[in-house]
Amino acid sequence: MSETIVSIRNVTKSFPGGVKAVDNVSFDIAQNEFFALLGPSGCGKTTLLRMISGLETPTAGQIVIGGEDMALTPPNKRPTNMVFQSYAVFPHMTVADNVAYGLKVTGVPRDETKRRVAEALEMVKLTALADRKPDQMSGGQRQRVALARALVKRPKVLLLDEPLSALDAKLRDEMRLELTRLQENVGITFIIVTHDQDEALSMASRIAVMDRGAVRQIATPSELYEHPSSRFVADFIGKVNLIEAQVISNTAGALVCEVKGLGRLELPTASPAAGTIAIAVRPEKLKIGTSEPLAANVIKTRGKVRDVAYYGDTSHVVVAVDNGPDLSVNVQNESRLGGAGVERGQEVWLHWSPNDTLVLTE
Amino acid sequence: MAGQLKLGQGPLDYGNRLWLKLLFAAIIFVLYVPIITLIAFSFNTDRRGIVWRGFTFDNYVKAWNNASLQEALINSLMIAFIATIIATILGALTALLLWRFRFPGKGAYEGFMALPIVIPEICMGVSLLLFFINTGMMDLSVKLIWPFNLLNIIIAHVAFCFPFVAVVVRSRLVGFNRQLEEASKDLGASEWQTFWSIIVPFMMPGLIAGALLAFTLSLDDFVITFFTSGPETVTFPVKVYSLVRRGVSPEINAASTVLIVVTVIATILAMKLQAPAKTEKS
Repeated sequence: MSETIVSIRNVTKSFPGGVKAVDNVSFDIAQNEFFALLGPSGCGKTTLLRMISGLETPTAGQIVIGGEDMALTPPNKRPTNMVFQSYAVFPHMTVADNVAYGLKVTGVPRDETKRRVAEALEMVKLTALADRKPDQMSGGQRQRVALARALVKRPKVLLLDEPLSALDAKLRDEMRLELTRLQENVGITFIIVTHDQDEALSMASRIAVMDRGAVRQIATPSELYEHPSSRFVADFIGKVNLIEAQVISNTAGALVCEVKGLGRLELPTASPAAGTIAIAVRPEKLKIGTSEPLAANVIKTRGKVRDVAYYGDTSHVVVAVDNGPDLSVNVQNESRLGGAGVERGQEVWLHWSPNDTLVLTE
Repeated sequence: MAGQLKLGQGPLDYGNRLWLKLLFAAIIFVLYVPIITLIAFSFNTDRRGIVWRGFTFDNYVKAWNNASLQEALINSLMIAFIATIIATILGALTALLLWRFRFPGKGAYEGFMALPIVIPEICMGVSLLLFFINTGMMDLSVKLIWPFNLLNIIIAHVAFCFPFVAVVVRSRLVGFNRQLEEASKDLGASEWQTFWSIIVPFMMPGLIAGALLAFTLSLDDFVITFFTSGPETVTFPVKVYSLVRRGVSPEINAASTVLIVVTVIATILAMKLQAPAKTEKS
């Protein structure tokens, strides 16, 4: 991995009243990464971002940016800039004045300011609106102003606090592409805070999943989705069938466990699991059929369709396994006729590969 | 469909009900007819100003040429001007203090700060008079040259005007998005730069509205001024009062009309600036 730009070392933030918003968190972010802090609301992700920007001070621990300890550096002296959730565009200034503000207050010469403002507006495609006031602009345009205003400062790290949450669905998709494009073009490290897993998965190069002030897992999007380290992460990222299981034996990569309704399963795993564990399968990994699958080396079970929800491109089918758990199955509606091909109350067979089954001990 | 509603029977059709129209007319009559009469009679040619005899601007000319009235008006404007500046600064700082900081006794402070708004003017007048006499400021101000001899009145006016400014500015600050301040600092601005380029422009409509409020309050105050002015200094309302005691003349009508116009204009400006900014969509 390339050079580290932000280093979070044992950072803790307690608020008066004893609430620990961030609890002993440590990780490094590399140069040019698009890093996402993902978690449910109240997990401490925004507090962590604000500590990186300097708007909040850690109770304990160290934040190092570009090799320098930031403990005594106020926000206006840090090489970071933030795009706020409310955008915080200055209402009494025009777009151009907003973008120029950060340069003016730090004494950048006038002609250089002018040039850099023009560049920044060009970058976010707002050149035509330079003389507008923010109250004459849409949410998406105001967001671009906030972006240009931060990027014009040429920070080492750009911090984005829930940047897409206030936009409508269509605009959100557009901005998502635009943010990734911008990040590639400017070559600045982006740290984004979001509670939306789709946002994190589609934009970030690496994601830290947070829960109750602690980081649960840091990984690339695909690793996080296919190899979650805990039930919390598996459940938070995407949909998953979590099934309780009892370990019978665990020898050299082959784990045998007993699951109610499914019987004995043999799963390939390297984890030294024992006792009660959870096995997890993503709904799209399950196959549904009306007759017993003939393929060898699959996990198969009979069940009754409990519910079919139609989503256009896919159908989400819930199957009640005989004497066992309910399993969700995503079926591609491949033909215009027939939809999922199953009806409520129908007896069906389910099967999936043992390789697609996750063993979770945490 | 059932029968149509008659005019004035609809749930929000109050404007068409007779008794409401009458009540409305009565209110207008009681509130505004005296003022309109005062303005109308300022153009009257009759010396005693009881019956209408003809239209003239003479009363305005006479009022303008009345040296003592002129002196009183200049005094009033001077007092209002200085008191407004001091009250606006003091009020804005008070509003910032209450908005920004938490400190022990804040609730009590907020209550006491607003006391001059609710306290009867006569009480404030008497207490200020006693204060000025006991501290020797009353004797001092008499010896000073103009405009320093207005010192006591200015102090009194600042004391009852600044809470109004504080209240107006405070209510404006409630709508301030703290992220604007954070954004400013994040972009490299110091505390001082943030204050002048972000917070003050945001407060500006409140500051102007508060200042105009203070100006009109100071300009037409009678009770407190009457108590705190020395024997030599006379303000416009006090002067008008002393003239009226010798009989109503159209001159006073003219002078009062000028004062009404000045205060109404100031009030309209204040209301315009207080109104929330309309968001324009293009």
